[in-house]
Amino acid sequence: MAEEAELAADQHVRYIVTVEKKKDSFESLVMEHIRLNGAYWGLTTLDLLHKLHAVEAAEVVDWIMSCYHPESGGFGGNVGHDPHVLYTLSAVQVLCLFDRLDVLDVEKVADYVAGLQNEDGSFSGDIWGEVDTRFSYIALCTLSLLHRLHKIDVQKAVDFVVSCKNLDGGFGAMPGGESHAGQIFCCVGALAITGSLHHIDRDRLGWWLCERQCKDGGLNGRPEKLADVCYSWWVLSSLIMIDRVHWIDKKNLTKFILNCQDKENGGISDRPDNAVDIYHTYFGVAGLSLMEYPGVKPMDPAYALPLDVVNRIFLRK
Amino acid sequence: MHGRPRRAAKPEDEEASSAKAAKLRDLQAQVLQNQHSGTYTKEAIGLSFKLLEINPEAYTAWNYRKLAFQHNIKELSEPEAIKSAIDDELRVVEVALRQNPKSYGAWYHRKWLLNQKLAPVDSKREFGLLDKLLKVDARNFHGWNYRRFLARFMGVPDEEELNYTMDKISDNFSNYSAWHNRSILLSNLLIKQNKGFESKQKIFSQEFELVTQALFIGPSDQSGWFYHLWLLAQTSTPDNPQLIASWPCSGAKLSSSLVKEKVEQNTLSSIWCHSLQERTVPMVLYFNEPVKGLNQSSVKLKSDLDFGKDIHWRALSMTDSGYSSCWTTYLQIANECSSSQQYSVEVSIPCSDDIVSRSGSNYNCPVHFTFTIELISDDAQDIDLFDKPVAYFSEPLESHGNCEPIPFDLLKITGALVEEDSNWHFERLSEEIDLFRELPDDNCKFVKLTLARLLLACAAIKSCGRSPHERKRYCEEALGHFSDLIRLDPSHKQYYEDERSLVLMDKLTCDMETFVKHCSVQVQPNSIPLNHVQLCKLSLTHVGFAERLMWVQVLDLSHNSLRSIEGLEALQQLVSLNISNNHISSFTALEPLTKIMFLKVLDLSSNEIGAHSMDTTRYICSSPFSHKIEAHEAFEECQKKNINVEEYWDAILFFKPLKLGQLDIKGNAVASKENFRTLVMTLIPSLKWLNGECVN
Repeated sequence: MAEEAELAADQHVRYIVTVEKKKDSFESLVMEHIRLNGAYWGLTTLDLLHKLHAVEAAEVVDWIMSCYHPESGGFGGNVGHDPHVLYTLSAVQVLCLFDRLDVLDVEKVADYVAGLQNEDGSFSGDIWGEVDTRFSYIALCTLSLLHRLHKIDVQKAVDFVVSCKNLDGGFGAMPGGESHAGQIFCCVGALAITGSLHHIDRDRLGWWLCERQCKDGGLNGRPEKLADVCYSWWVLSSLIMIDRVHWIDKKNLTKFILNCQDKENGGISDRPDNAVDIYHTYFGVAGLSLMEYPGVKPMDPAYALPLDVVNRIFLRK
Repeated sequence: MHGRPRRAAKPEDEEASSAKAAKLRDLQAQVLQNQHSGTYTKEAIGLSFKLLEINPEAYTAWNYRKLAFQHNIKELSEPEAIKSAIDDELRVVEVALRQNPKSYGAWYHRKWLLNQKLAPVDSKREFGLLDKLLKVDARNFHGWNYRRFLARFMGVPDEEELNYTMDKISDNFSNYSAWHNRSILLSNLLIKQNKGFESKQKIFSQEFELVTQALFIGPSDQSGWFYHLWLLAQTSTPDNPQLIASWPCSGAKLSSSLVKEKVEQNTLSSIWCHSLQERTVPMVLYFNEPVKGLNQSSVKLKSDLDFGKDIHWRALSMTDSGYSSCWTTYLQIANECSSSQQYSVEVSIPCSDDIVSRSGSNYNCPVHFTFTIELISDDAQDIDLFDKPVAYFSEPLESHGNCEPIPFDLLKITGALVEEDSNWHFERLSEEIDLFRELPDDNCKFVKLTLARLLLACAAIKSCGRSPHERKRYCEEALGHFSDLIRLDPSHKQYYEDERSLVLMDKLTCDMETFVKHCSVQVQPNSIPLNHVQLCKLSLTHVGFAERLMWVQVLDLSHNSLRSIEGLEALQQLVSLNISNNHISSFTALEPLTKIMFLKVLDLSSNEIGAHSMDTTRYICSSPFSHKIEAHEAFEECQKKNINVEEYWDAILFFKPLKLGQLDIKGNAVASKENFRTLVMTLIPSLKWLNGECVN
């Protein structure tokens, strides 16, 4: 490439706003059940690019609440879909962006999440009982943002996460599960939020994580796999939380992310020249944020929200 | 969402897509409707199958199927009918997995079905399904997770599963998932001490052979290297925790007297201990790994000095459930003293069930040593350290004529026993080193890196008969490898520099000959003799081997590349620290200093505090975000004084606990912020000198 790649911020903003409106394509329908996650990805990206005002806050908040199940206290992935913690966290995160936690019945939502903790400290994703460290992270993150961590047994939650620590320093989905960057983010995030990062061998995990950087500059999720833009978040935020991000070559990673942009139509894809989507657009911009890319707001690596939002939640009187 | 090529939408695509979309929309709407109305007819259930066939990620449909299953199974009593209902569900899962072998919903539905325990599990079918899927994708972690679940559910012994991993590895060495499962199974078998798995030595020797074979055949595949690193860690770590350093150390003489004593050859001169002015002696115990359980019976102190009833040990490193490698207690001396007198203090740490490591191993390496405290009379002089600002010597210490030597036994623990086992460790590692030296390493960074790690592991093993010179030799060779690695693998340069930094610290401080060039006793302007160590211009990126520096009172680490000062919290005697001209990028990175009670002089100038929007130690330090600090308590006072807490929370948490007399902070972006000077003056009432100016 002759010129230095640049972040096509305006195009990405336009892409996000457009995709938000296109609900009826086959691609959108297949993702219908995770629209609430999509809202979090799209809106957080807008905020990172200083364009949150491009959407109507009231409209968004109303739609979020239409995914709420008052009987259980949980949120579904879209209107009419069953409640699950995956979408409950996204709902809380989006409300944090808009500083509208006031619309929630905080006790009810917190009880929903807290009620999913199991005897061994793990969390189920919903009433059907699937256990995964993703849900540990989600529960701790949600309850922390709502200032309701005291509703669960935090020590047991930490103990369960630690029991998923592997011999390569990483973490899996459950005890014995193979290390994977996504699960590692969830476990490191869970330990960060609960002040328990000393359980981690930071040098060993840091090395495993920095070895995710491939020859093309991108990051993969585990050994012998292809690079993917979404790992720019999972790997990078984990490295930041354990203070080992300087072990990554930031210049090459930045180049990789920027090469994954569709500079004409906006959006970012998993790999250069692949189809773009909201998910990878968010993770690409979030990764750039973690590397202090100019024009992008800084992110909090543990709560996965802009830094000013998190500071406001924990430091404001 | 992954792996789809970027293509401009064509009108024919749009039309076909539109028809597909309409079909899917209707299907989803109907299934959701049936879920809400609780409709579990055959037709309704069939619709959910159609949906999951197209879109196995439609999680509400899986929930619906569970409800429908529970509802309909209630009517059934014949085992045949029950089995048939279960088979229907299993088949739906198989169809879904064909569409997406990584569907969380599909795998969990199967697990949930088995957990209902309504019929015996068809073992052949389950393992058959797994074999098929893992053949197509040997790295499918959903498959491996399910396999672990199934093996436990069916009571398959770990030894059998171990054989399965061996099969997978023999098929293809490049199978990280199989090596991973192998490490899990072996760890369990060793802990359970199953037949054939009693000896760690035997098992790890076998595994070393297995993995080395794999590495020699295919050195470019990563799985083996990560597995090898695990074996290396198992082989180079002692089974039980050990004490590796203490302050005061064996034979140390602490005094607050300024009268120069005559020092005889081979005896230690006394160390001027400023805290004795307040009748306090900090004690530090440094272990090789985090432990807990230090108390008055596990650490016995015997002395004519009266230390009071309650001796309370607290953790210095980041603590979790009470474990820490570094522990301290502040001995408060209650004795009255009318004239100068020497007292000995005997420290005894016997084998203990109290002191345990995180893995549960107890302390079994008894240690006994003695140090001396000289108390001078009660009306002692009151030394003011601060009539002039303390400056640092810019030239290397060697050029100063009037330096006194540091007694070097300060570095060692006498009487520490050597582990019997470590001979095996050392031999095993030496064998590996020989093997790897034979492997051509020009293009494979893993060979060099592994060799460097093996050398350092050998260097670290404390065995009698191995001299510091041998240790230095290993360090030198490892340093050479790290320099090569920086060339060979430039994108990981910072990693290698951090490793190199550690090895350099080891080399500089592991023996008297080298270390003494960086040490001296500097007599300050007010006649106080302080132990001074200078480690400048060495490109150090972080501090290592802090346990060798616990006696240091003035430390100059300026002009390095320090990003971190973790480890310095062990230096409880530190009065003055110079870390100017480094790469410290936040206040949170300086948290270790808040644990050093007697720190009075700090030079932070020319660093990067305030220059970065990302704080990489935000969650390492104690803060409201990690729930280690109550925001209300910590910041209320500052909020009342109209200090912007959202902007300066980290500065507040750093400066408040310190009782600095002298601070230099210019040359940091944060120092040029508008209210910063006022902030500092407010937070540190004891401050006398700021950036060279008198402020009191």
